[in-house]
Amino acid sequence: MTIVNNITNQSKTRIIACGMIAREVLAINAQLGDVIDLQCLPAEYHFSPQKIAPALDLAITQAKAEGFKNIFIGYADCGSTGAIDKICDHHQVSRVDGPHCFAFYMGNVNFKEQDGDFVTTFFITDFLARNFETFLIKPLGLDKHPELKEVYFGNYTRALYLAQSNDLELEKQAKLGAAFLGLDYQKQYTGFGDLAPALKQATASK
Amino acid sequence: MNDEAEIILSELNDDDLVLQMHDDLYDGLKDEISEGVNILLGRGWTPYDVLTKALVEAMRIVGEDFRDGILFVPEVLLAAGAMKGGMGILRPLLVETGAPKLGTMVVGTVKGDIHDIGKNLVGMMLEGAGFEVFDLGINTDVDQFLAAIEEHKPDIIGMSALLTTTMPYMKVVIDTLKEKGIRDDFIILVGGAPLNAEFGAAIGADAYCRDAAVAVETAKELMARKHNQQASS
Repeated sequence: MTIVNNITNQSKTRIIACGMIAREVLAINAQLGDVIDLQCLPAEYHFSPQKIAPALDLAITQAKAEGFKNIFIGYADCGSTGAIDKICDHHQVSRVDGPHCFAFYMGNVNFKEQDGDFVTTFFITDFLARNFETFLIKPLGLDKHPELKEVYFGNYTRALYLAQSNDLELEKQAKLGAAFLGLDYQKQYTGFGDLAPALKQATASK
Repeated sequence: MNDEAEIILSELNDDDLVLQMHDDLYDGLKDEISEGVNILLGRGWTPYDVLTKALVEAMRIVGEDFRDGILFVPEVLLAAGAMKGGMGILRPLLVETGAPKLGTMVVGTVKGDIHDIGKNLVGMMLEGAGFEVFDLGINTDVDQFLAAIEEHKPDIIGMSALLTTTMPYMKVVIDTLKEKGIRDDFIILVGGAPLNAEFGAAIGADAYCRDAAVAVETAKELMARKHNQQASS
């Protein structure tokens, strides 16, 4: 049985976020002094962005019912073509700025300035490096049919690892992933990018 | 020991062979499809009949099962690869034998976008349905569309995008056609994962096509309407 502690809930900010950024949100929460109550939606929605807004609608409604006064959305537009913004507007909550996590990790301004350079770039984040096999290889059927690599990735020229941490094991995984896809490998350390200030502001604004 | 007897395609009668080819294409068996195509041609089938009865019909089933959640993207891509193998054999023969032609299409993934899986499926299915398809590839800007229009005189312009950041470029192409006063000379079809019918209408396309099978039906329907309009004017 879950006992809802409304006093605790009112003192924290409910962050409803993509599962792909869960570790990063928790790391930022530790920096901020445990002010966040994190609820994640499935990372797999990355492949079905049309599922995000309806799931957010339910999650925000639930968070309000649990007594959270301060709610923030840990998604960018993320391929929803404005559907996430409509839900945010409806519930009077805000989200992380930007088109997707690759942009807000890199810094939205920085990303926009270089956008034209990324046309043939495949982005790898810490999440993807950590879950390359389960999140990418298997869902795309590449474990059984590696010949489909060309179909999926033939038009990409490089893999850019946007590193949120300095984890050598993840870097190794990212390199292996790039090699598996047959792409040139580059790394750029981003840290948490625009996510950290967004969460700091969201938790300070209640 | 394998209980399943090996199927010798050349020993099957025509009806059974076509049904077996449907199964093989569904399973993405490229070599078997190529073999089946050659057998049917060797038995005197016209390239057009091989295409429509063996390949297109099988791909139609694949499309339906994808839509119904029975098949997923990898399986569809394998099936498409098998069909592509068969098409490679048939394409030059179709030209030689003067197969029926429903119209001409130029299709491309728009500027800034390199995702072409859906666009390639649409092109292949339209070709299979009897359209002459000129594939402009990926990252196609408005000047490339205009040049292709000039060169190929298409009935249909198809545009594809996977990214929310690139789909607005479709409107750039349509607006340019309007500025030049030639927008209404073409049927404009748009597609891609983040699009919907509302977006298609908002940018001035004739139709949004959610998948390759819908694209074929829409293209046929709008071409028939175009012909009717021309006949009555």
